[in-house]
Amino acid sequence: MLIMMFEGFDAIILARIQFAFTVAFHFIFPAFTIGLASYLAVLNGLYMWKKDETYLRLFKFWIKIFAVTFAMGVVSGITMAYQFGTNWSVFSDRAGPVIGPLMAYEVLTAFFLEAGFLGIMLFGRDRVGPKLHMFACLMVAFGTALSATWILSVNSWMHTPQGHIIGENGQFLPVNWLEIIFNPSFPYRLSHTLTASYLTTAFIVGGVGAWHLLKGRKDNPGVKTMFSMAMWMIAFTAPLQIFLGDLHGLNTLEHQPVKVMAMEGHYESHPDGAPLCLFGIPDDGAQELKHAVCIPKVSSLILKHDLNAPMDGLDTIPDEDQPPVAIVFWSFRIMVGIGFIMLGVALLGLWTRFRGKLYDSKLLHRAMLIMGPSGLVAVLAGWITTEVGRQPYTVHGLMRTSESASPLDAPAVGASLLAFIVVYFFVFGAGVFYILRLMKKPPQADEQGLSSSSEGPIRTSGITPAQQVQRQTEMDEVKE
Amino acid sequence: MESAALSGMEIVPWLAYAWAGLLAIAVYIYVVLDGFDLGLGILYPFFPEKRDRDLLMNTVAPVWDGNETWLVLGGGGLLAAFPMAYAILMPALYMPIIFMLLALVFRGVAFEFRWRTKRWLKYWDAAFIGGSIVAAFSQGIALGALLQGVVVDGRSYAGGWWDWLTPFSVLCGVAVVAGYALLGATWLIMKTDGDVQSRARKLGVIFGLATIGFIGAVSLATPFLDVDYYSRWFQTPGLFVTIPMPIIIGAISITMLASLRTHNHEYRPFILSLLLFAMCFVGLGISMFPNIIPPDVSILDAATPFRSQIFMFVGACVLIPLILGYTAFAYWVFRGKVDPDEGYH
Repeated sequence: MLIMMFEGFDAIILARIQFAFTVAFHFIFPAFTIGLASYLAVLNGLYMWKKDETYLRLFKFWIKIFAVTFAMGVVSGITMAYQFGTNWSVFSDRAGPVIGPLMAYEVLTAFFLEAGFLGIMLFGRDRVGPKLHMFACLMVAFGTALSATWILSVNSWMHTPQGHIIGENGQFLPVNWLEIIFNPSFPYRLSHTLTASYLTTAFIVGGVGAWHLLKGRKDNPGVKTMFSMAMWMIAFTAPLQIFLGDLHGLNTLEHQPVKVMAMEGHYESHPDGAPLCLFGIPDDGAQELKHAVCIPKVSSLILKHDLNAPMDGLDTIPDEDQPPVAIVFWSFRIMVGIGFIMLGVALLGLWTRFRGKLYDSKLLHRAMLIMGPSGLVAVLAGWITTEVGRQPYTVHGLMRTSESASPLDAPAVGASLLAFIVVYFFVFGAGVFYILRLMKKPPQADEQGLSSSSEGPIRTSGITPAQQVQRQTEMDEVKE
Repeated sequence: MESAALSGMEIVPWLAYAWAGLLAIAVYIYVVLDGFDLGLGILYPFFPEKRDRDLLMNTVAPVWDGNETWLVLGGGGLLAAFPMAYAILMPALYMPIIFMLLALVFRGVAFEFRWRTKRWLKYWDAAFIGGSIVAAFSQGIALGALLQGVVVDGRSYAGGWWDWLTPFSVLCGVAVVAGYALLGATWLIMKTDGDVQSRARKLGVIFGLATIGFIGAVSLATPFLDVDYYSRWFQTPGLFVTIPMPIIIGAISITMLASLRTHNHEYRPFILSLLLFAMCFVGLGISMFPNIIPPDVSILDAATPFRSQIFMFVGACVLIPLILGYTAFAYWVFRGKVDPDEGYH
């Protein structure tokens, strides 16, 4: 049998790949929808306030994309509620008393809020009136951010655990919930991740706007407005994100110094100022950074604000307590690199706006188009940095990944991993295709949303995208 | 011991049982809500025309992901209040759960994707049908595998990865598919009229009869799975429930079948099918109590200490009524018949 080819594998490695794969895929969708839900609420609010049809048009344009993305987020998210148990049952049993209630609060306060008001947000404008519809938009936006808050509290506790004791049966038992929820890395991780989501969305919105501008649609007010709004958002959030990332890094240095050693590629200790290594090939076996290109003492300057501050390296840490350095080292560089390119684009945007060339600068538009999906890459790279950097632990310093796994055989985990990979690439690939097709058409003056047109009495038949969308789709497909 | 000295670290029975009750209610709500929208997918093959299929999907489009959120609450709630049970069940039911999750992916995205393409419409329809059937069947398998008992050693699952597959679990799987189809049919009777409604009535009768038959078969098989079940049902005080149970289920069944054929009954068949499911839940509760995983793990064995359970319990008592409130509001907003023709004028 095909699945027997997994016999030789280590079930824990396969479980880690499976969890990383399903959660990474899932992460992409909320990273976009958290920002997009807020953007939609802002557009709807601006439309109500200024009565400018352009905002309504943009709302209808982006809500179709939101609906498709959100559905993919929901179905990949249901998987996550069970992946903890299927892959990490021992971890679930032991950490469950602490993380379980927080995740249940996420479901009760956030998921239901999003799902309960999503139908009204998507289809209900004509049924409930503009005010209640606006309220529904706000509830969805609030729900997405609240969901991120809870799950990041759980995740942060796994990095900087506190407020618990360890029971006789090995379970982590809650003693002080406030200490657990507001654990030391939580505020930094939350602000860094939420800002990442807004930045990611701004780059996608701006990228779509840039594409239409490059296609010569400068006269389309929707295109101009989305591009301008995105560039303002980037101008604020790109520098903010670098600032928050720096704070998060300092917090990590305080609580998880080994992770920072791996991020920096510091195998050796530096008693009189550590160098900042821009490039190198980490070699865990030899415990050295090969072909390193370093600037002396700059790492100490960044992390300790003192050129000569001593910094410990991985030589102070037993081999079995070290994370795999290469993954952390490189994913960190990808994230930071993208962050600084984003800052560059933000400055370019401000400069071209200042010169009155915002809708004419081909250079800016090309840069924005290329950088459109960069936020998603940065989010994944950052997340890999922090998660792999916590290894070899699931609960930092207290519970090892190797003791967390389910009692499963490699073929079972391998077969399901294969199934997840095939299904996710196929299904979500199709979803991304549909999203790109929606993005390809500029927002129109008669942009169709998901709700019924307002002529005639309110009627149930108009509650879904059905006919209008399909008629449009048929036209698109004929054109192709 | 340090842990014993701290208050709040003991397991409190009333709280553990209250949690078990709350989870049972959450699972029941999930089963009936997602039951009818999975049921629509199961009924899709009986409505081959695109116009009817659009209509069927439109009846649940605004509410389906709220319905599935109850499944996330089931998983999350089990992890929160009984992490040991969650940790045993997930590996024990590994394959059916993975199948269910993948099936839910297909049918969930079909809600959005099928409006976005004409060329691929038939494939997304197939995904919706296949996903709904496999998800329902997997849930039934999981129920059967739980009822027939799970091999546990210490705090972990100790069985093989095919233990879930037995004639009994397959029977439960088919039963759940039939039951969800019944819920779907009675939902359609409520939300549509004309030709679709009259076909839904016929399908309701067929799947109603099938569901009642399967309830009978599962009920007859269950007491012989495990000694405990037999004694719970056929010795006092269980016997006092055993005798009226078939009478109640029989009465509900007959009323429902009659109602399905009564032209002006539009809401009643749905409500009666909800009642039928509720009685099945009571029966399952009697079989399993006080265990959370038969035959060896009790609710108290798997419970977390007071301080963990109470934190969530207080929140749940406030939030669940609130959730039911705004969920009811969303259903109310989209109340009434869904008319297929209007959009075509």
